[in-house]
Amino acid sequence: MTAAGVALSGLTKTFRSPEGPVHAVRGIDVSIAAGETVALLGPNGAGKSTTIDMLLGLTRPDAGQISVFGRAPSDAVADGAVGAMLQTGELIRDLDVRELIAMVASLYPSPLDVEEAIEVCGLRAVAHRRTQKLSGGQTQRVRFAIALVSDPELLVLDEPTVAMDVESRRAFWETMRAFAARGKTVLFATHYLEEADAYADRVVLMAHGRIAADGPPTEIKGLVGSRTIRATLPDVSRDALAALPGVTSAERRGEAVALACSDSDAAIRALLAAHPDARDIEIAGAGLEQAFVQLTVDEGLHA
Amino acid sequence: MSTAYLRYELLRTLRNRRFLFLSLGFPLVFYLLVAGSARGVKDLGDSGLSAPLYYMVGLVSFGAMSAMLSSGARIAAERQAGWHRQIRITPLPPRAYLRAKVLTAYLMALLTMAVLFAAGGAMGVSLPAGRWLEMTGLLLVGLIPFAALGILMGHLLSVDAIGPAMGGGVALLAFLGGTWFPIPDHGFLHVVGQLLPSYWLVQAGHVALGGAAWGRQGWLTVGIWTFLLARLAMIAFRRDTGRL
Repeated sequence: MTAAGVALSGLTKTFRSPEGPVHAVRGIDVSIAAGETVALLGPNGAGKSTTIDMLLGLTRPDAGQISVFGRAPSDAVADGAVGAMLQTGELIRDLDVRELIAMVASLYPSPLDVEEAIEVCGLRAVAHRRTQKLSGGQTQRVRFAIALVSDPELLVLDEPTVAMDVESRRAFWETMRAFAARGKTVLFATHYLEEADAYADRVVLMAHGRIAADGPPTEIKGLVGSRTIRATLPDVSRDALAALPGVTSAERRGEAVALACSDSDAAIRALLAAHPDARDIEIAGAGLEQAFVQLTVDEGLHA
Repeated sequence: MSTAYLRYELLRTLRNRRFLFLSLGFPLVFYLLVAGSARGVKDLGDSGLSAPLYYMVGLVSFGAMSAMLSSGARIAAERQAGWHRQIRITPLPPRAYLRAKVLTAYLMALLTMAVLFAAGGAMGVSLPAGRWLEMTGLLLVGLIPFAALGILMGHLLSVDAIGPAMGGGVALLAFLGGTWFPIPDHGFLHVVGQLLPSYWLVQAGHVALGGAAWGRQGWLTVGIWTFLLARLAMIAFRRDTGRL
């Protein structure tokens, strides 16, 4: 998109394992414009974390190029342009929350005010607590504060809400949004479709080390958020069913019909209005994993 | 910008009670027990040194050696916590990171030495100020290879392995270096001892006490160990962190 953003091209990474090579990332191309908030969505093992590690210069790609604001990842990191919350990692002991955040802030050329980072991450109440005495959710918030305090141009978050309860999650995303609103570029990995849908400008869908889809959240939601309506409904043609609102395709097996839906709510209303005699109705979500597999198979990517 | 980082590293280390107990408490208690019971011995093992003096120097070398190597335990713990990855995505250069580790180790070693010097003073050891300084200066030089060894072990070993490795390593180096009793001035132990950096650490103390001199062989041995261990430490650091 723009040269000033983040560009991954032809990125490939294979790990060796006792069971043979693991093709974690199989050649992906992603461009992120400066100021964009992009979700990297995919099930576990899709290659999201490996992609992020390469973007941060923590893992060397086998092939491909990475540009972060026109620089190599390690140069962007050395300039203090990148802040990240990694998926795994504990905090070091024997410092309190404020001290740890201040320690990290001291490594950056123009960090945020430490008190501000404490405030926006909701850490005021535990600012004097030693890091080894924090709960899982509090630890996550400190890790977020560590990523934010550098005031980076690019903020990278790898499954940031994993250990958080519902309330912390909401507060977390609000803070992230406020940060992104300052013109910052944000890339976050998640396996929750709802998070990607609610907080990203764009969703990059990863499965089996490849990009399965890349587009606005509504489009991705249509692709993977699909549900299937099954019912017993003898005397209606397949074409009539496929023409119902919210239905993408219809199948018939004897008296049973299966409707693949992009909007199952609209579809079920229309179905019952047009065919009140439909019975044995079931509505089932495909689930991310299944949807991803379906997508990659459909596109002939499943080598 | 890395002075603040160093300050917090020191703060963390001083707050680690286990370190304070092992690195400061153990040599101190040991010294008080051993030297206290042999307080009247004026010429220990024909070395010409009094027992409180001899054991003070021995335990100073032992305690300072342990304090230097304890940086390895801290590095291993940070690696296990995944903190080294977090540090790698900050602008902190590897050089500044390693410098902070070495300086922390040195300050801890100085603290250990100060505690034992104070205990020696309380046991009646008295020396001219110039000798204290000369001894301390040589000890600090003799500790350089151990600074590199600490970093090497920290980037090579897991948290589980580093405890036994350090305990055993320090005990062996101290034993062969002459910490616990004077090394005979000829024979097998003498030959082996002279090849070790710990021997010269103990000798560093003895120089200022009027014992055997730290001649060319001493400087050469310490220099070679420093070169070798620093090279190995850099290799382990690079391999561990994927840096070039």
